[in-house]
Amino acid sequence: MSTIAAERQVPAPRVLTTQPRFSDKVFRAVVTTGGLSSLIILGLIAIFLSYRGFEVLRQEGFHFLTSSDWSITTDDAGNVTESHFGIAAMLVGTILCSIIAVVIALPVSVFSALFLNFYAPAWLKKILVAVIDMMAAFPSILFGIWGFLVLMPSVEYWAKLLNKYLGFLPFFKLHPYVVTRSPFVAGVVLAIMIIPIITSVSREIFSQAPLDRIQAAYALGATRWAMIKAVVIPHGRSGVIGGAMLGLGRAMGETVAVFTVLNIVFQVNWQMLLGVGGNVASLIILKFGEASPYEIKALMAAGLVLFLLTLVVNALADLIVRSTGKSGR
Amino acid sequence: MTTVSAPSPTRPWEASPKDRLRDGVLFALSIGLAYAVVSLTAMKGKLAYFALFFIFYMALTAGFQLYSRGYAAAKDAFVNSLVAIGAVVTVLPIASIIFTVVAKGIKGIHLGLFTHDMALAAPTDPLSSGGLLHAITGTVTLVILALIMSIPIGILTAVYLTEIRGSLTRPIQFLVQAMSGVPSIVAGLFILSAILYPITHAYSAFMGALALTILMIPTIARTSQEVLKLIPNDLREAGVALGGTQWRTVAMIVLPAARSGLITAVILGIARIAGETAPLLLLTGGGDKVNPNPFNGSIGSLPYYIWKSFNAGSPEAITRAWAGLLVLMVLILILFTLARLLGTRKVAR
Repeated sequence: MSTIAAERQVPAPRVLTTQPRFSDKVFRAVVTTGGLSSLIILGLIAIFLSYRGFEVLRQEGFHFLTSSDWSITTDDAGNVTESHFGIAAMLVGTILCSIIAVVIALPVSVFSALFLNFYAPAWLKKILVAVIDMMAAFPSILFGIWGFLVLMPSVEYWAKLLNKYLGFLPFFKLHPYVVTRSPFVAGVVLAIMIIPIITSVSREIFSQAPLDRIQAAYALGATRWAMIKAVVIPHGRSGVIGGAMLGLGRAMGETVAVFTVLNIVFQVNWQMLLGVGGNVASLIILKFGEASPYEIKALMAAGLVLFLLTLVVNALADLIVRSTGKSGR
Repeated sequence: MTTVSAPSPTRPWEASPKDRLRDGVLFALSIGLAYAVVSLTAMKGKLAYFALFFIFYMALTAGFQLYSRGYAAAKDAFVNSLVAIGAVVTVLPIASIIFTVVAKGIKGIHLGLFTHDMALAAPTDPLSSGGLLHAITGTVTLVILALIMSIPIGILTAVYLTEIRGSLTRPIQFLVQAMSGVPSIVAGLFILSAILYPITHAYSAFMGALALTILMIPTIARTSQEVLKLIPNDLREAGVALGGTQWRTVAMIVLPAARSGLITAVILGIARIAGETAPLLLLTGGGDKVNPNPFNGSIGSLPYYIWKSFNAGSPEAITRAWAGLLVLMVLILILFTLARLLGTRKVAR
């Protein structure tokens, strides 16, 4: 038995490395590219819309946001002789409609989220959660047509009642008495669309309320409302605000549902019951059909403004929702 | 020897017959009061009944609790009614939507609807002529094209967010969230400005599908991410401990384990885009004939058909729109039920 032979049988020590293998490198590269797709797409949207809308934005300057003319004249050869583009009326309309929607939807959603979490028996909760989630997936054209043909007559009646009995309040004033197709009607339809969204975000947040504190509150003899006020609401407040902002973002970008119920007029209007309104998204649908190439550029610029607006609102919503998840406990 | 008599169990938290009687009486009383007030005063209509009943019920229960148990209980009763009304107001619209669509759409449904297109018929023609075939085939084409593009990207994004936790995870999570808020019309405008105008110059199903992909990716990515998070870490560790590379662990252990959840994510994505209207109005042209070529020529789709019929305005056209909405709604209901069934099976295992 020679030592040399034994030495020969010992394999060379394995080289330990933390380097990923080739297949893993490929895998990571592919997955990272996929992960970056959202960045790429959002970036491309911003770049292309600003590139197309640049000419109009440069011509109009800041007036694009502050004036509310929308006119274009062309000579016989189809060349643009004069044009004015301004989306102030549409911006005001977008903000007005979506704020009405959130003001209506927020209390309703918070109450129904509380109902689902703390009041409903288990079987009812299961059904309602399924129904509300499904409602969140319903297409906007369904809400639009239903809103126009079924809901609008009653909402106009409510608008008349509001004006008659609460007309002394500044925001229920109505100068020319026209209530059909007002921002209020659009706001109610949008509210119905965003109630499921805010409800499911609030329900999620409320269900994370610490159980030990809930039970402690009950053990101290609290009524259900006292428990909610002392434990659930402080825990979920900012999450609910975040959910409301998500709903606001959805309401701002809504196209078809608003287009069907709203009377689109290029005139800045803050009276919510007056049948004059607008919305950036429905402006695009309205003007797209017969638009000349130059006007399309103006629509692209309007789309860019809408994109940035919803991006900011959604970013804020996300920040708020996320910060509660951590600080809540 | 002493006998111990066990106390019979009681459930003090449950409503006693007396409580139930009291609730029933208060309920009936407020209905009666609302009815009386409506018939005696100038107020009328469904809204008046509803509002008065609610106000009376709230006042009666709160007053009763104030009298019998004090201020805190009265506030509790008051909030009880508010919370109930919140739930009712949330569910009422959906009940109304489903009821209206079924009641009005059923009139426009006939067998020819699924075998004819609108090439030889106008929306204002009698209901027996023309049909939905072009719209159904168009929607199916759009959805399939969008799926081919969005499934890989959506699932890769989810895998990135759960499996490769680099320094970019948080910003990407944020961007996916932001992307889910992109208005559908902006997605349409983007494809219009980036591809349709400079490159193809023609409406086609592919253009529409590109815009739908943008809307679908965040839904698929976020749902898949939730599913992948639920896969226990033990599985990943076991895979690596057996000498698997990360690629094989993810592809052969994690993703198969999450299969039914991923299918749910895809179905929810389809439900998200099936009824999307605005980008299709910009990009697909909404043809009235069955178009077998997805890369060229205008193509119809259910939302576009509904939109066209609704805007035509005559009673026949409106009935057509309702029938289209019924078909679309049934499609979404089926998709949603499928997603639910698959989703619950995943939990049960």
